[in-house]
Amino acid sequence: MHTNRYTFIYAAVLSALTAIILAFTAEALKPYQEANIALDTKTNILRSVRETATDRATIEKIYAANITEMVLDGQGNILENIKANSVNLKEEIAKTPANRKLPLYIFTHTDGKKYYIIPMRGVGLWGPIWGYISLADDFDTVYGATFDHKSETPGLGAEISEKPFQAQFEGKKIMSGDNFISVNVLKPNQKTDYGNEHRVDGISGGTITSSGTDKMLKNCIEPYLIYFKKLVK
Amino acid sequence: MSSETTNLVKKEVKKAEPLFSKKNMQVLRDPLDDSNPITVQILGVCSALAVTVQMKPAIIMALGVTIVTAFSNMITSLVKDGIPNRIRIIVQLIIVAVLVTIVDQLLKAFVFDVSKKLSVFVGLIITNCIVMGRLEAFAMSQKPWRSFLDGIGNGLGYGAILITVAFFRELLGAGKIFGYKVVPDFMYEHGYVNNSLMMLPPAALFMIAIIIWVQRSRNKKLLNVS
Repeated sequence: MHTNRYTFIYAAVLSALTAIILAFTAEALKPYQEANIALDTKTNILRSVRETATDRATIEKIYAANITEMVLDGQGNILENIKANSVNLKEEIAKTPANRKLPLYIFTHTDGKKYYIIPMRGVGLWGPIWGYISLADDFDTVYGATFDHKSETPGLGAEISEKPFQAQFEGKKIMSGDNFISVNVLKPNQKTDYGNEHRVDGISGGTITSSGTDKMLKNCIEPYLIYFKKLVK
Repeated sequence: MSSETTNLVKKEVKKAEPLFSKKNMQVLRDPLDDSNPITVQILGVCSALAVTVQMKPAIIMALGVTIVTAFSNMITSLVKDGIPNRIRIIVQLIIVAVLVTIVDQLLKAFVFDVSKKLSVFVGLIITNCIVMGRLEAFAMSQKPWRSFLDGIGNGLGYGAILITVAFFRELLGAGKIFGYKVVPDFMYEHGYVNNSLMMLPPAALFMIAIIIWVQRSRNKKLLNVS
């Protein structure tokens, strides 16, 4: 039997030792991890405009050459001196639309056409979900969309990060005349007043993630319409 | 550090008995059938429900648990004489948690894609009853090398069940294997429907029950266990 003194010293030394090991590992690996996260964001932004490169060099090259970043305020004015990647979406989506800072990415295709990429963030069943949706320069037609998630169930909610779900968004419309309708994520047989161009099929067995995606689309796209209206004029 | 210690351990054991002696192989082989962690020891069932919807996460989880069980078994066995008895469970937990956290950090730094796919599963390894169960039942009283083999064996035994369950769940639930479609389109055209129950956790319980049934009707040794 060990003495109390031994037990306490053992516990203290073990705690200190493991803390040092973990702190050292975390610090040593941080630059690699941050680079990976930054690259992942760029990959997702490019995938929303149907650019599907996967290697680091190509992604960095296309991103640097074709993407313009900007940040808008809730009234549709461009904010200078703020970088798009410094905006914390998690905090912004909780504010009322008029008070948000809105990052926007503009992709210039090799044929000269511009696509407007809106970052989105919302909640799924188990944790946050996020994504990017790109609109053509009529500010109505969806060019592409990507979604990702932290911890949705594989095979169910996690299917939002798979190609079949995301491909449904291509060519859908978000506007009906001057009214914002968004693209609705609905059960295949669910009846609505909107036509096929405003709906995509949700994931069976992933209802909460699907409706989370639906809410995220509405919540995150609408604030940008003020800016888009200014551009049309 | 760990590879150095493995070498040391190998040398030590070599003097006493051959590395792959009959006894050691028994330790490695038993968990695959006679003392399978899921179907006989009934450990790790919770994660068997969660990660068996598709084949890929099941295989990765099996690998993760195998590595973590093996190394935490070995490390615990190396330091077992110094561990104060009254806080041994906490000490074991710390060893497991440190290992898992380091693995998680390494994945995030060097194979980001894999780490994204695994997301919560890596953290879940800490809570897997097999890891703690083997530490308490085996590593605390056995030599390091044998503990290491026990960890590998239990990880593989766990993995075998996980992969079997995942195979049937993905096949019957989604008509796919490894994400590739295997149920041909004409079956769907003739009215075949994927069984969505297979995608939900209860399906794993049914599958495990069937596996236990098959295993016990084959292996007479297990009949008097429960």
